[in-house]
Amino acid sequence: MLLLALDTATPAVTVALHDGEDVIASSSQVDARRHGELLLPAVDRVLAESGLRLDAVTGIVVGIGPGPYTGLRVGLMTADTFGLALGVPVHGVCTLDGLAYASDIEKGPFVVATDARRKEVYWATYADSRTRLTDPAVDRPADIAERVAGLPAVGAGALLYPDTFPSAHEPEHVSAAALAALAAERLAAGVDLPAPRPLYLRRPDAQVPKNYKVVTPK
Amino acid sequence: MADEPLVLGIETSCDETGVGIVRGTTLLADAIASSVDEHARFGGVVPEVASRAHLEAMVPTIDRALKEAGVSARDLDGIAVTAGPGLAGALLVGVSAAKAYAYALGKPLYGVNHLASHICVDQLEHGALPEPTMALLVSGGHSSLLLSSDITSDVRPMGATIDDAAGEAFDKIARVLNLGFPGGPVIDRYAKEGDPQAIAFPRGLTGPRDAAYDFSFSGLKTAVARWIEAKRAAGEEVPVRDVAASFQEAVVDVLTRKAVRACKDEGVDHLMIGGGVAANSRLRILAQERCEAAGIRLRVPRPKLCTDNGAMVAALGAEMVARGRSASSWELSADSSLPVTETHVPGHDHVHEVSKENLYS
Ligand SMILES: [Zn+2]
Repeated sequence: MLLLALDTATPAVTVALHDGEDVIASSSQVDARRHGELLLPAVDRVLAESGLRLDAVTGIVVGIGPGPYTGLRVGLMTADTFGLALGVPVHGVCTLDGLAYASDIEKGPFVVATDARRKEVYWATYADSRTRLTDPAVDRPADIAERVAGLPAVGAGALLYPDTFPSAHEPEHVSAAALAALAAERLAAGVDLPAPRPLYLRRPDAQVPKNYKVVTPK
Repeated sequence: MADEPLVLGIETSCDETGVGIVRGTTLLADAIASSVDEHARFGGVVPEVASRAHLEAMVPTIDRALKEAGVSARDLDGIAVTAGPGLAGALLVGVSAAKAYAYALGKPLYGVNHLASHICVDQLEHGALPEPTMALLVSGGHSSLLLSSDITSDVRPMGATIDDAAGEAFDKIARVLNLGFPGGPVIDRYAKEGDPQAIAFPRGLTGPRDAAYDFSFSGLKTAVARWIEAKRAAGEEVPVRDVAASFQEAVVDVLTRKAVRACKDEGVDHLMIGGGVAANSRLRILAQERCEAAGIRLRVPRPKLCTDNGAMVAALGAEMVARGRSASSWELSADSSLPVTETHVPGHDHVHEVSKENLYS
């Protein structure tokens, strides 16, 4: 087994290679505005570091969010197209699950929350690092304060809102290494992973910009 | 012919997911998935809806194009993609797909300009572009007059709209007349049964001191809307066919007049017309008449090649390969306001060094 994992659902552009036992190489850069530029060079770097070629990969693992849409799609489109070109399966993993897996919280329940912008968080609760209790959701921190009261929390969404998440701590962003390790574990156990379809959680803003077609520079 | 470059092109600058395959100037496949129906009820393209649709449609559309062309991905000589201009989020989906595809197949990547692609597509219809060529691009997003002496490296803007795009005016007037979206085809249809001289609508920017090659359709749009409102306010029936014909005449009169003048002023004897509005029947007829009178050869691709598609991107990509233009780097990003003068986005020399070892041989 050789998995290439990538995630662009948080400000991190993160890539890892996993051979079923261990992470062979990984790269994580935090830059919320440059997912499109950074992802392919990161894949290239991780492969170069491990001395492997892309055609040795037996499967792609991709974080399906939830996360800000424009960045999220960079990872999903890249994963989908790798799958097509290489003829290998593409597995989805909920990005929040990757964060839960990477947390060092032994016993839950606990919360994973990422920044959903617009003063909201993407969040879910976990019984332990491998077991999600609730479906991923998007809410204002104040609106879920009662439900998460007293629970430990990880992720940038928790760190951003200390009033709601007073005991928030690292990890801040997801790592592809954690995503890959979780996927490898589940695949080895014969668990089906979800299709690589994005978890948007919000309907699209149905706003037609003034010059709604392509803006032609003069 | 087999030694001509085989290139796959990806276009996602607006609401069409286009994947085309060409060999040199020969069209092999032109696969399109459109999200236009999802936008209709909003009266215009919703960027987030378009981006979501591109992600869903991309892989099936690439598959369809390869089957249609009867070629194998490994035989491609390059992957081209629209790097801009266009809707930022939509462009990024196509750029991400093109980068991953080129990287996984070990092929060079060419990020190209959407407007230059609109011009270059005519090579698939009428053979090599004459140099220089004057191009009039008119659609819901573009109204530009461009002069190109080499489509891979030199496109000069002569004029552009200073407010709305021509196609946008068609959409707006169709909406005011309750004819639906998109407006172009339906206005064209009604106009055929109307009198183009019935109402004297204004011709924007045609005064002696106005910019010779720039366009303005905002005033026309307002004038037509006011005229319709006045009729309705007076309780009179709106003569839809005459309004459509007179409005359309005002648009195509200005477009063709300025394009022909630019050709004469620059001593260019070829005019190509592209973009969705090029499908307009009255524009084609009037352009033909005026070009003939001025001794200019008119080239207009078939309507399916005039609207946004992947074949036009592949056509420009193939020309980039044929002329030895440098490929883009793996850092290529989408540029929603890529200037028309940047026909492609070449990579910096230092970027490719790490890549070779990891690619398919
Ligand atoms: Zn266009």
